Amino acid sequence: MGSKVVGVVGAGVMGEGLAQSLAQAGHRVILIDLSQEILDRALTNIRNSLRLSRMLNPQEGAESPSEVLKRITRSTEYGPLSDAQFVIENVTEKWETKHSVWCKIDACVRDDSVLAANTSAISITRIASTTARPSRVLGMHFMNPVPLKPMVEVIRAYHTTEETIATAKALLATMNKECIVVQDMPGFVSNRVLMLTVNEAIFLLQDGVASAEQVDAIFRSCFGHKMGPLETADLIGLDTILYSIEVLYESYNDSKYRPCPLLKKMVDAGLYGRKNARGFYNYTVES
Amino acid sequence: MSLLEEVKPRTREFIKRHFRHLDFADDEDIFALGFVNSLFALQLVMFVEKSFQFTVDDEDLRMENFQSINAVAELVKRKTA
Repeated sequence: MGSKVVGVVGAGVMGEGLAQSLAQAGHRVILIDLSQEILDRALTNIRNSLRLSRMLNPQEGAESPSEVLKRITRSTEYGPLSDAQFVIENVTEKWETKHSVWCKIDACVRDDSVLAANTSAISITRIASTTARPSRVLGMHFMNPVPLKPMVEVIRAYHTTEETIATAKALLATMNKECIVVQDMPGFVSNRVLMLTVNEAIFLLQDGVASAEQVDAIFRSCFGHKMGPLETADLIGLDTILYSIEVLYESYNDSKYRPCPLLKKMVDAGLYGRKNARGFYNYTVES
Repeated sequence: MSLLEEVKPRTREFIKRHFRHLDFADDEDIFALGFVNSLFALQLVMFVEKSFQFTVDDEDLRMENFQSINAVAELVKRKTA
């Protein structure tokens, strides 16, 4: 597969990582978000990430950060998506937001484009129903940080064709990534289990059973996990965790997905985890 | 004090602010001491750019330019000469 034009809608943590990975793979990226301010901040974060990656992996002949950045264009309009052969959406995990964004994407792209939702829990079949091309819609659940994670959970929605899956696999191959294809149910495999685990870990903290450090240490040292559930929650973002568990609660109507009150309280208090330096741990850097 | 004379004490102060208990000589590789995560390298790059008012070019984005106080001072000297 040669280089493509790929639309990345949503320039948060996932959109940034995705835009960087795609540009490093040689694709031209159209990065879309609500304001120029968000887009500028995303580009600064991508530039920093590329610069650090260059420092840590000094390979002869590797492209410079400025060359990679030239392949990313920013837009607050959806019009430029008419050039895109592939679009990956990464907006907030809320149905109203997804619905309005997907209607705009569907109205702008060409008939032969493939559209992917990089979503945490919302059913891909439901997202596909907002478009006029459900056979060309699939789920691509990237892991954070995108440039470092080689595996992607790909979700086949009710109408997704083999050709659509094959196009997504080919794109992933250019990014040196592989995928595991699963069927569509809210939360898929990864988050149907992970969100429950994180939520229950927060209940442990709320109930005073253990400190955040102790909970994480048990997962790391007893189970050999690289990170415990609470530090993972800080990495993902507590707002995203809450929205995802709410989606699961609404989708299955099962009380096992009820969000922990402490999680709600932390999100209401503006503690989102690493993205704003405060969550279960403090990430404030003195300058 | 000239800008160049400020480089070493200010860089040392910046590193000490993040790693209070770290003792190191001007020529010592701070990353080799085992306490400083390599992710700190980028914070050091941004500190140098902001404090000494120049942009670190892509070709200067190398760990050896930031691994010691002396290396940072050399880089600043070369770029602001």
